[in-house]
Amino acid sequence: MLNSNHLEIPMLPHPLTSMTVREALRDAMTEEMHRDLTVFLLGEEVAEYNGAYKVSQGLLDTFGPERVIDTPITEHGFAGLGVGAAFGGLRPIIEFMTFNFSMQAIDQIINSAAKTLYMSGGQMGCPIVFRGPNGAASRVGAQHSHCFASWYAHCPGLKVISPYSAGDAKALLKAAIRDPNPVIFLEHELLYGHHFDDVSTDPEHILPIGKAYIRRKGKDVTLTAFSMMVGKALEAAEILADLGIEAEVIDLRSLRPLDVETITQSVMKTNRLVSIEESWPFAGIGSEIAALMMEQAFDYLDAPVVRVTGADVPMPYAANLESLALPQVDTIVEAAKKVCYRS
Amino acid sequence: MSQLISTEAALKAYHDMLLIRRFEERAAQLYGMGLIAGFCHLYIGQEAIVVGIQSVLKSGDSVITAYREHGHMLVCGMDPKGVMAELTGRKDGYSKGKGGSMHMFSREKNFYGGHGIVGAQVPIGTGLAFAHKYKKDQGVCIAYMGDGASNQGQVYESYNMAALWKLPVVYIIENNKYGMGTSVERSSAGPNYYGRGQGWNIPGEKVDGMELLDIIEASKRAVEHARSGKGPYILELDTYRYRGHSMSDPAKYRSKDEVEGIKINRDPIDHFKTYMTKILKITEDQVKVIENEIKTVVLEAVEFAKASPEPDLSELYTDILKEEVPFA
Repeated sequence: MLNSNHLEIPMLPHPLTSMTVREALRDAMTEEMHRDLTVFLLGEEVAEYNGAYKVSQGLLDTFGPERVIDTPITEHGFAGLGVGAAFGGLRPIIEFMTFNFSMQAIDQIINSAAKTLYMSGGQMGCPIVFRGPNGAASRVGAQHSHCFASWYAHCPGLKVISPYSAGDAKALLKAAIRDPNPVIFLEHELLYGHHFDDVSTDPEHILPIGKAYIRRKGKDVTLTAFSMMVGKALEAAEILADLGIEAEVIDLRSLRPLDVETITQSVMKTNRLVSIEESWPFAGIGSEIAALMMEQAFDYLDAPVVRVTGADVPMPYAANLESLALPQVDTIVEAAKKVCYRS
Repeated sequence: MSQLISTEAALKAYHDMLLIRRFEERAAQLYGMGLIAGFCHLYIGQEAIVVGIQSVLKSGDSVITAYREHGHMLVCGMDPKGVMAELTGRKDGYSKGKGGSMHMFSREKNFYGGHGIVGAQVPIGTGLAFAHKYKKDQGVCIAYMGDGASNQGQVYESYNMAALWKLPVVYIIENNKYGMGTSVERSSAGPNYYGRGQGWNIPGEKVDGMELLDIIEASKRAVEHARSGKGPYILELDTYRYRGHSMSDPAKYRSKDEVEGIKINRDPIDHFKTYMTKILKITEDQVKVIENEIKTVVLEAVEFAKASPEPDLSELYTDILKEEVPFA
């Protein structure tokens, strides 16, 4: 649990329970596979190994090898196979062991899954979920630490989700599986083991895709973040509160569609914005948010928007360099102080 | 030669082959007139392949190919008017004018495109076969590709999965000798595309892709194999495209003699017509009826495509996402 004092628990009419993000994702898939026989899980090590990160623990035993399917190491091929299965009336969940490997398959994701509805004049829906861990874990080097949020969020025809808490992970994965469009579902390896007590036990509880969530209310500065960085932003907000700065922390949850309305409303109140993401600065999610706020809230900004991002380098292996390459709580605190003209 | 096909089936096959050829000739004309733009890949010369293979399929089987797909759509039963209107980018086209020559689909006819990335249709077709098996609907997927696509890595990823999971898919390699301007001799170390599934024990055959009856016989074996649960099958069809890779290709990489030689000696429509008249004793009058009918159908398609308006400007922002809200 992180910052439970300031975590706004969603108001739900049914009991909430505590579990890890890993368990929440598993429960989401289990419930949806019980609900809909066309839903199946396919990817590397998802069945007999119970998932490279144990997200699919027990699914093979529950649903059998026709619906929980180990693939060869062949991302381009099985992503395309998933698209074909979706065209053919099924609802595949395609797991990438990490999204780093989705680059092998990105042609099928963009050219086949995302564009075909448009190219077919609306005939050919592609209800498919591509999910797996995204971004930097720990000490795994440049080829295994890549955040793809802005890559996929760039593309019309996709929805892109990146949850933080276990409750959101469950409710949004269920929404993704039920969605008639291709959905990119970006998880985070370092969050898999985190416990959150916001998980609904109601199998019909799902969240709308495209709605951000204000995890902490504040009047002085808006912090936007998604996935792992929400935790960092909440920690930074604690420190800022001690300095007399009340930060509003927006968990974006969905990157496409992006909840521009919630960000705009917050910026109109706080007049200051810091965007936080793990990935590179150039053409990142923060760049987009900065541009949007210039268009939608220019007269409300009392300071230039600041982007806190990963360093503009391939991820280094050495512990000290890796730490330097990723946004840290103190970098967020400094950025917030800067836009508040406090240094 | 004995009678290998009924008169009725022969007349239909002749009709379908000639329809493709006349349709494509008109498309070329419209391209020259500026009514069709961008890329436009014609199927002239290869007509017997799709006509032969489609003749052995059952309703419910699925079909997917790349971007040289006008013929495949016509033989799947899609309306020539809708195809031609898509070529001209009009609202009554199969994709409302938003797809173009390379991107047409018909859920109703189980035609799944119409794909512009060479080889990408192969894993997708393998996925359609996966869906047939998952749903236990006895369907087979026919995944067409060219000799060019046959060198894409994802084709072999597909062969592996299809063989591993015994998926009901027939891979059709239309070897027309050139991947755009590069001949198979210059692109492929090992010219036997049909044998490239050997490592996975996928049976493969090479078939004369200009001889309709040979194609029908081979596709019966291939489709039966896939439908019976034995897994994938590969057919390599030895064929030739008469026109350039696309309308903008002057085809300077091959000689006029080479092209003319094929047209004179191996033309699939001429050959089959000879068989019809000599063996099946079909009369010139019967053939004439078909030819006239096709002339009318193609002209009507052209007139329809010209008359149909361009899509409404409001269509720019439609069909990007399906907007059924799942949590309503």
